[in-house]
Amino acid sequence: MILLAFVLQTIRIAIPYLLAAAGGVISERVGVIALGLEGMMLAGAFGAVLGSYYGGSAWVGLACAMLAGVIVALIMALCTLRYRADQVVVGIAVNLLVIGATRFFLRLSFDSASNSPRVDGFGGEGSGLGVMASFSNPIVWIGLLALPVLGWLLFRTPFGLRVRAVGEKPEAAATLGVPVRSLQLRGLLLCGILASLGGAYLALDQHQFTDSMTAGRGFIALAAIIFGRWMPLRVAAACLLFAAAETLQIQLQGAQLVPSQFVELIPYVLTIVALAGVVGKSVPPAALGKAQ
Amino acid sequence: MSAPREHGILMRAAQALLAPVLAVAIAMVVGDLLILTYGESPGTVYALLLEGTWGNAYGFGQVLYKTMTLICTGLAFAYAARAGLFNVGAEGQLAAGGFAAALIGLALPVATPAVAAVLLCTAGAMGAGAVTGAVPGVLRARFGASEVIVTIMLNFIVLALLNYAVASHLAVPETLHTEVMQAGFVSRLGAFLPAFAGSAANLTIVIAVIAAVVAWWAMFRTRSGFELRAVGLQPDAAEYGGVNVPRTWLRAMIWSGAFAGLGGINFVLGYKHYYEEGFAAGSGFLGIAVALVGRNHPLGIIAAALLFATLSQGGLAVNALVPKQLVDILQAVVILAVATTVPEVQRLLQRAASAAVRRGSTEQTT
Repeated sequence: MILLAFVLQTIRIAIPYLLAAAGGVISERVGVIALGLEGMMLAGAFGAVLGSYYGGSAWVGLACAMLAGVIVALIMALCTLRYRADQVVVGIAVNLLVIGATRFFLRLSFDSASNSPRVDGFGGEGSGLGVMASFSNPIVWIGLLALPVLGWLLFRTPFGLRVRAVGEKPEAAATLGVPVRSLQLRGLLLCGILASLGGAYLALDQHQFTDSMTAGRGFIALAAIIFGRWMPLRVAAACLLFAAAETLQIQLQGAQLVPSQFVELIPYVLTIVALAGVVGKSVPPAALGKAQ
Repeated sequence: MSAPREHGILMRAAQALLAPVLAVAIAMVVGDLLILTYGESPGTVYALLLEGTWGNAYGFGQVLYKTMTLICTGLAFAYAARAGLFNVGAEGQLAAGGFAAALIGLALPVATPAVAAVLLCTAGAMGAGAVTGAVPGVLRARFGASEVIVTIMLNFIVLALLNYAVASHLAVPETLHTEVMQAGFVSRLGAFLPAFAGSAANLTIVIAVIAAVVAWWAMFRTRSGFELRAVGLQPDAAEYGGVNVPRTWLRAMIWSGAFAGLGGINFVLGYKHYYEEGFAAGSGFLGIAVALVGRNHPLGIIAAALLFATLSQGGLAVNALVPKQLVDILQAVVILAVATTVPEVQRLLQRAASAAVRRGSTEQTT
């Protein structure tokens, strides 16, 4: 029973990572650095609450979340793909933009500097199913399936071959008639949608939007992508690993074995170790960051 | 004979100024729209913003205070960028610098001569920043690890470690800050200019300006600065020309971290005299904006730091009319707009220049 609770809690924490990381893998596989994940998630979280509150249903919230993610992705696409602005700068700026924008519209919509009113989410608490209730939430299923499906798409279909070609050698792909720019745009939009679902899950799970509520989760997803070497199944494993560490830390909180700050550091330290190549080097797609 | 040279200067001025001016204009349009969304008049809000920043000594003092940190983090980003590296880690380097300065200030005996104490604390701040910057530098130079990702991840690591150290060992109970230091105080401007009284502006701004001059000298008047820029422009060519590229990267990251760490003395030595969790949160990322708008040139960075400090302080001034978060949005829009317009403006100017050259050569032949 303790084990079951541990697994369920781990999955619950992992869902936002799995979704954002799936989006990030697509984005990086078509050559666009996924530094905007954090902003896309935060936009999704805000969209979900705004839609749920004014639309009266979590489904409207979900639609608004995806719309918010698409808007963020379009801003990034306009700057990096259309005007060839530097992807790192744009990624960082977009995160700042979304933090500022969500705060601004939080005050405009709900007249609060810190949080929105309560929204319903996908419910299930009343059903007596406890933690199992989270599985009545459609986002959970999308999160669990996103990376496996993506792995199949990338490595088992002609479409995936084209995507990988764009990320590794765009010139060669273009020579063969692959629509490079259009694939990059679609990859970025899909990234926005998936990451925003991750944010929507967070907000609907907590039944409200709070200022900067994603709290670096987009960067943990990025860490999982690098630690999982851009391979969807490995990335999924990395997400679950990071989530399991967090769960362990939460459940052992009373025991005070290790300061909680040190557990939070695991994803970041592992990423740096992976990049330095101490145990098998993590090598990004060759054309990452060089979109033309 | 002088025509091409004048043309060159004009081109350079246009290249340097056109994109930032355009970016600020775009940001103002976005600002107008947001202010109108909130049902206020843009003119009133902008007037209030100027009045609350440059219109009175207290406001201007606050602007100067914020400018100091932004000059340092702007220099940090620019120095690495000149070598072709992205130091996104100023946030952590700045915090490490402030922490080191406070620790030294706490450890020094009360009787330490003021100048010596300030120098020691400043050196400690720069040293801590340099060490934090050296980690991604070594990983890049030795293993080819992306400094973008390493600096981002390192920000989380450094901040978490500092928070742990303060929260569990050093904090005054019920607060997030350390005890007040024994030595290493820098005077506030209000001490000589009564008009500034109450504002946080202090003499460390002078140190920041000196740092900018030193950075300019190092970049443009020394051999290692030449190597730095050569590596940034074309690493393969620089290597072929005999420059040790990995060592140049490491040196760039060390200096970059040192500049960011220096920013920590503003709050610690000049203002509160202790280290506090999150004392300059956000200034590291804004340094990227400052360097971009200042085109990675120390003079431009001072101007851009003033601009962004004005915006930050201005947000507080207009908070009664519109949410101060409006300013966060404007700052992000300026970054996006500069990043987007710089390559575009350069392409346009190049096209104009080559057209002018073509015209010139046809005139000569006829």
